[in-house]
Amino acid sequence: MIKVENLEVQFGGVKPIDQMTVTFPGGTCGLIGPNGAGKTTFFNVLSGFVKPAAGTVTAFDENLLAMADYRRARWGLRRTFQTEQAIEELSLYDNVAMVEEHSSRNGGSSRREDVIGALKFVGLGGRDPGTKVGTLGARERRLVEIARAVVGKPRAVLLDEPAAGLPDEETEHMGSVIRRIPDEIGALVILVDHDMNLVSSCCELTSVLDFGKLIASGPTDEVLRDEHVIKAYLGSEEV
Amino acid sequence: MAEVEASKPAGTSQAAKPGLIDRGLGPIFRLERGERIRVTVIAVLFAFVFLVLPGMLSAYWTDVATAVVIYTIVALGLGLLMGRVGLVSLGQVAVLALGAWVGARLLFATGLPFPAVTIMTGLITMVLGSLIGLPALRVSGLYLALITLMLAGAITVVIAATDFPNGGGGFLGHTDATTGASQIRRPAIATGEHAYFRYTLIWAALMFALALWHVRGKPGRAWATIRQSEPAALAAGVNISLYKMWAFALASFMTGIAGALLAGSSGTLYNLTFPTQDSIILLAVVLMGGMYSLWGAVVAGLLIKLLPALLDSWGLPPDLLTILFGLGVIQVLTTAPTGLVDQFPKDMAKLGRLIWRAVGSPGRRAAGTAGPE
Repeated sequence: MIKVENLEVQFGGVKPIDQMTVTFPGGTCGLIGPNGAGKTTFFNVLSGFVKPAAGTVTAFDENLLAMADYRRARWGLRRTFQTEQAIEELSLYDNVAMVEEHSSRNGGSSRREDVIGALKFVGLGGRDPGTKVGTLGARERRLVEIARAVVGKPRAVLLDEPAAGLPDEETEHMGSVIRRIPDEIGALVILVDHDMNLVSSCCELTSVLDFGKLIASGPTDEVLRDEHVIKAYLGSEEV
Repeated sequence: MAEVEASKPAGTSQAAKPGLIDRGLGPIFRLERGERIRVTVIAVLFAFVFLVLPGMLSAYWTDVATAVVIYTIVALGLGLLMGRVGLVSLGQVAVLALGAWVGARLLFATGLPFPAVTIMTGLITMVLGSLIGLPALRVSGLYLALITLMLAGAITVVIAATDFPNGGGGFLGHTDATTGASQIRRPAIATGEHAYFRYTLIWAALMFALALWHVRGKPGRAWATIRQSEPAALAAGVNISLYKMWAFALASFMTGIAGALLAGSSGTLYNLTFPTQDSIILLAVVLMGGMYSLWGAVVAGLLIKLLPALLDSWGLPPDLLTILFGLGVIQVLTTAPTGLVDQFPKDMAKLGRLIWRAVGSPGRRAAGTAGPE
C-alpha cells in the first residue's frame, strides 16, 4: 500500500502537484489525467528525482521520501519511463541483469534464473538473451523495460505510459503482461496511461489528476463516468 | 550457443555455472566462434609483438615502442572514462606526470621490487586522480572538461616548481647538483631496452585484462546505463556517484601504473615531457582511435607516440602533427564516430569487396549478358 498525504511540489510559481492525498491499496491502480496534470512529476517524487515542498509518502509502512534516490530500487521501487529507457548498448540479458545486481531483493543467489524468468514473464523468452537491445523494435524495448521493472521481487512498479506509441494489438499484449504483475510478481502497480481501454482493462481502481489536484479516485468504471473527469478531459467553461 | 540453450529446459545449462557468469567470467569461457577467432588473432599478435618485434628494432625504436605501450595504457584509462561512462577528462597527462613523480620518488626512497612500487604508484595515483574526478559528481560535459584542464594546469605548475625526483634528499627528492643526481632504476630482470619493452608490454596486457573484466562485469553494465540515462541508472538502483568515482579511480590507477613505467623507462624525468596541452592531444587520439573499443587505445598509443617519431625520422616538422590530428578528429567526428579501430576493418572489407568485384567482374559480366538474352 502506498499512502500519499498532502503532497505538494513547487517549481517556482507553478505547483505541478497541489495538496494531493490518495491511497494506492494494491493490485493495479490507474493514474490518469490530461497532459501536464502532474502524473510524471508524481512518479518523479516517488523515484526521488524531485523533492516535494510538503507532504508525506508512506509506502508499506516506510517513509519513502527519507530514502536516498538510488536506494529506493533496492527497497523495492521500480519504474519505467515515458520515453523508454532500455539500455541500447547492453544485451537483453545484461539489461535485466544490471537491475537485478543493483536492486534484487532475492540476495542475488539465483541471478540467471531470475533474469531469464523476467524475460519470459514479459514474453521475450524466445529471444536470444545475447541480442543487443539497440537492435530491437519499439515493442520489444518497452517489454525489456517492463522486465527490468519486475526482476528481483519489487514491491511497487510505476509504469509511465508503457504502451505509448504502440499499435492496438501490441498494447493488448502489454496489458496482459501488466495484469499479471500483482499476482505473479507480487508488486503493487501504478499505471499512468492515456489509453483508457488499457487503464480500464488493467485497473480496478483509478485516480484522476488535473492541474496537480486529485479530482477523483475510486473504481475505474465509476471514475471514468464522473462528470468532473469528463470535464477535465474535454474542457469546460469553469474548472 | 543460444539455440542450444533455448532448446534445453530452463535452468539446466544455465544453472550449471551461474557463478562464472555472475562474475563476468562467463563470456570468456563460453567463447563463440567470432570471439574465438578474435582471441586467437590477439594471442598471435601479442606473441609477435612480445617475441619477434623487439629483435627487429634498434634501441631507439624500442624506446619508441615502449612509449607507445605506456601511452596505450593512459589512453585505455581515458577511453574507459569517455567511451564507457561519458566523462570527459582533459587532465590525464597531468595524472601521468603525477604517477611518474610518485613512481620516481618511491623508486629512490625504497628498495622495494619494481612491480611492488608500480602497484603502489598505481594506488597512490588512484587516490590523487580520483580527487580530480570529484567535480564529475556535480558537473559533466564541457564544464567537467574545463575543470579537469584547469586542475591539470595546476598540477603541471606545481611539478614545474618542485621538479621530478632525481635521487636528491628531502620529500621532493630533487637536487640541482649534477653530482648527487642519479638515474631512476629499472627492474633487475629488465634493464635493457628490449627487456624493458617486454616488461611494459606485460603490464599493458594486465591493464587490458583489468579493463575487460570491468567492462564485461557489473561496473561495465552500470556505466553503460549511466552513459545512456542517469535517471534510468538511478531507477535501477545504481549509485551514480560511486560508479563515476570508480571509473575515475580505475583510469587514474592505470595512468599511475603507466607513470611508474615511464619513470623507469626514461631514467630521468623532465617537465617538458608533460605539457598540459598533451592532455588535449591525448583526447584527440583517443577519439581517433575509437573510444568505444578497448583496442582503440592501441591505435591512440601509436598515433601519439609512433607518429611523431616517424615524422621525425622522415625529416618532417613535428608541428605537422597538430594539423594531422586536427584533420583526423574532424574526419572521425563526421564519418566514423566509432574511431579508426572500428572504421579501418570496415574500410578494408570494402576495399576487399571492390578488389573482388574488379577481379570477379569479367566472369560475372559474361554470366550477366548470357542470362537475359
